[in-house]
Amino acid sequence: MKALRKFIDKQKPHFDLGGKFQKLKSAFDAVETLFYVPDKVTKTGSHIRDAVDMKRTMIVVFIALIPALLFGMWNIGYQHFLSHGEQPDQWTMFFYGFLEMLPIIIVSYGVGLGLEIVFAQIRNHEVNEGFFVSGLLIPMIVPPETPLWQIAIAVAFAVIFGKEVFGGTGMNIVNPALTARAFLFFAYPSDMSGEKVWISGLPDILPDTFSGATPLGNALVGNFDQMPTTYEMFIGIIPGSIGETSVLMILIGAIILLATGVANWRIMFSVFAGGYIMGLLFNLWGLNEYMQMDALNHLLLGGFAFGAVFMATDPVTGTQTKKGMYIYGFLIGIIAVLIRVFNPAYPEGMMLAILLMNVFAPLIDHYIIESNISKRLKRMKIAIKI
Amino acid sequence: MSTTFVIKNGLDIKLLGEAEKTIVDLNAEKFAIKPPNFLGCFPKVLVKEGDIVVAGTPLFYDKYRDNIVFTASVSGKVEAIKRGAKRRLLEIIIDSDGKNEAIDFGASNINDLKKEDIVEKMLKSGVWPVLRQRPYSIIANPNDAPKAIFVAAYDTSPLAPDFDLIVHGQGDEFQVGLDVLTKLTTGTVHLNVDSTKTTSKVFLNSQHVQINKFSGPHPSGNVSVHINRVDPINKGDIIWYLYPQDVLTIGRLFLKGRFDSTRIIALAGSEVKNPRYYKTFVGASIKNMVSGNTTDGDNRFISGTVLTGEKIEKDGFIGFYDSMVTVIPEGKYHEFFGWLLPGFNKFSFSHTFLSWLRPNKKYRLDTNIHGGMRAYVMTGKFEKVFPFDIYPMQLIKAVLVEDIDLMENLGIYEIDHEDFALCEVIDTSKTEIQSIIRKGLDLMRLEMS
Repeated sequence: MKALRKFIDKQKPHFDLGGKFQKLKSAFDAVETLFYVPDKVTKTGSHIRDAVDMKRTMIVVFIALIPALLFGMWNIGYQHFLSHGEQPDQWTMFFYGFLEMLPIIIVSYGVGLGLEIVFAQIRNHEVNEGFFVSGLLIPMIVPPETPLWQIAIAVAFAVIFGKEVFGGTGMNIVNPALTARAFLFFAYPSDMSGEKVWISGLPDILPDTFSGATPLGNALVGNFDQMPTTYEMFIGIIPGSIGETSVLMILIGAIILLATGVANWRIMFSVFAGGYIMGLLFNLWGLNEYMQMDALNHLLLGGFAFGAVFMATDPVTGTQTKKGMYIYGFLIGIIAVLIRVFNPAYPEGMMLAILLMNVFAPLIDHYIIESNISKRLKRMKIAIKI
Repeated sequence: MSTTFVIKNGLDIKLLGEAEKTIVDLNAEKFAIKPPNFLGCFPKVLVKEGDIVVAGTPLFYDKYRDNIVFTASVSGKVEAIKRGAKRRLLEIIIDSDGKNEAIDFGASNINDLKKEDIVEKMLKSGVWPVLRQRPYSIIANPNDAPKAIFVAAYDTSPLAPDFDLIVHGQGDEFQVGLDVLTKLTTGTVHLNVDSTKTTSKVFLNSQHVQINKFSGPHPSGNVSVHINRVDPINKGDIIWYLYPQDVLTIGRLFLKGRFDSTRIIALAGSEVKNPRYYKTFVGASIKNMVSGNTTDGDNRFISGTVLTGEKIEKDGFIGFYDSMVTVIPEGKYHEFFGWLLPGFNKFSFSHTFLSWLRPNKKYRLDTNIHGGMRAYVMTGKFEKVFPFDIYPMQLIKAVLVEDIDLMENLGIYEIDHEDFALCEVIDTSKTEIQSIIRKGLDLMRLEMS
């Protein structure tokens, strides 16, 4: 390892100010700090610092995504071969999905990290690790058949207009991964919905009893006889966006996020609570079959669980006060189910619910902080009276 | 007082190298008084290099509050007057003659004195600067009448000195010091003790003061926490605060009539071979304390705690308000894939390293920052180590944008930069939070004066 360190130290002057590659300083820093934690020491304030940094935080989220990612790869293969009426062994299915998924991931990281490095260089910052997670989230929330060029454009849009125009990771208003998804959804609606996009390599002639539609699509048009069982939805052997079908795998990720304290349990819990309560309210109303659907199914369907665990808990775009987190999460749950059931144009409400609440999060925080301020002013007035 | 204030949010950082409870004489040769220790003070020097001084001889005064003078803590010769950039006065170093002579200000019975006499005596002798005020942590204004005075009789910082040991056998001086304080305020003098760890009779049998009990992790020993729970600061309020050794200094001034700045200093930290307590005077050089008593290798010498102390050289001087010296290793090294390892031995408040499975482990922590500076991404973490009804992140951001009204509304008067030390330690984004808050407080002070 000493050889690598020596090599890096030797190359470093070329990238410093005045060096021949000074325009690549941010890229060089990103690579160097990937291998080695910097040797910087404290100058002011506390002399000791916690071992945690942004890289560590992001790698935890990355690890939490892996179960859902691996299952998603397998499920691409499973759905593909199912639609062809074939039954190959598990590894064939996984490998098929892996090869489908790999180019999407490469395009997402390539475009996203490239832009991040350019922006970091322009701003003279170090490259922020935020895209480390976004870059994996984006491939996991798109349908398997999404063309690569669309992913490239969506990622570029998300990084530039979802994040960098606001000042980069930490300053963004809306979740970048969901911005990419929303961009795809509104820019290329024909490639993002319908029955043909959810299964990779769908044959022209489908076997009998096979539609290729997602459960949400079925629910929207009232095909409740074609709905998978609760068990199938929980395990995730259904068509859907790549990473979001298996609630089981998402829950494993949720446990990792909560045990490490990286994600906030208040938001996660209240999203599920909000969705479930809205489902129950619809049960009471019971106008149509969709409203009568078991409230628990709402939590298993579509991107609800994935959104609750990985998207709503984004610390930058969510609320930052304790009370605000409950309100924010609860409203996401309610709005997601509301959109699903009421709006025929959008089979999935989770994406829109989170994006909407992202925009409202600062407002919620504002009122909670205002109440803190008025409490302080009130204390002062009482003190003056005495 | 039987109620105990229980502090829930906080963090005790467990470090190796706690000071053994024995006290030895330091016999330091050099002493220094460092004007940067006194926030907001513009020093005007009164002595020249080569002047002979005794304990109580004025060395400099504050240009804007010229009745506040700073005096020599020992007798000897002024060896050097060190200045830094822009001729900023850094240190006035005194070469001690070991005789410890002092000016006699006259012993007096505290009951016979009026407030004005007390204030004048404290100002003249150079004892006054031990009194500081909140907000801003500047030296108290002699013309103010604070609504209360707070004495913190214990410290919860990592490796903190044991004040019970320090005040042992000095009950008379301590009580006289407290009596002086009761004459300086129209309100109450609060003596704040740890509900279980404080056992010294000197503290628990104190008269004429209100004893408040606290329990919980650091920063439960911070003055701001005590004030916040007992008698919160509102806009316009002034509270004075000091520590037990300062109370003793005041007590000795009135009992003996001289500026006796005797200090007991804890030497602690993982790199100290014999961590223990040393008896000396204010501003002692740490040279005789650490030479031959620390491990080889690159070490950092800190006057004060690892959270809030000041970095000094290995022959540097202890700060005016500090009761301890900490020595920890410097962290100038590159760690290969440090962010990826399981991390059984890494200290972290987060649970992202497996070390959280060993909560009682004591650490040998170095000064490495462990990462690069980023924008704030993680939220809701600071609150866990910040036991105030204040939104820390929002306050930090208000300071960054220099929004005076917002800072005031969010409660900047109630806190000090030391209260943000733990936030700074656990910050994922590696920002210099204490400096930011300090800047905010200084800005408020200038704006309000």
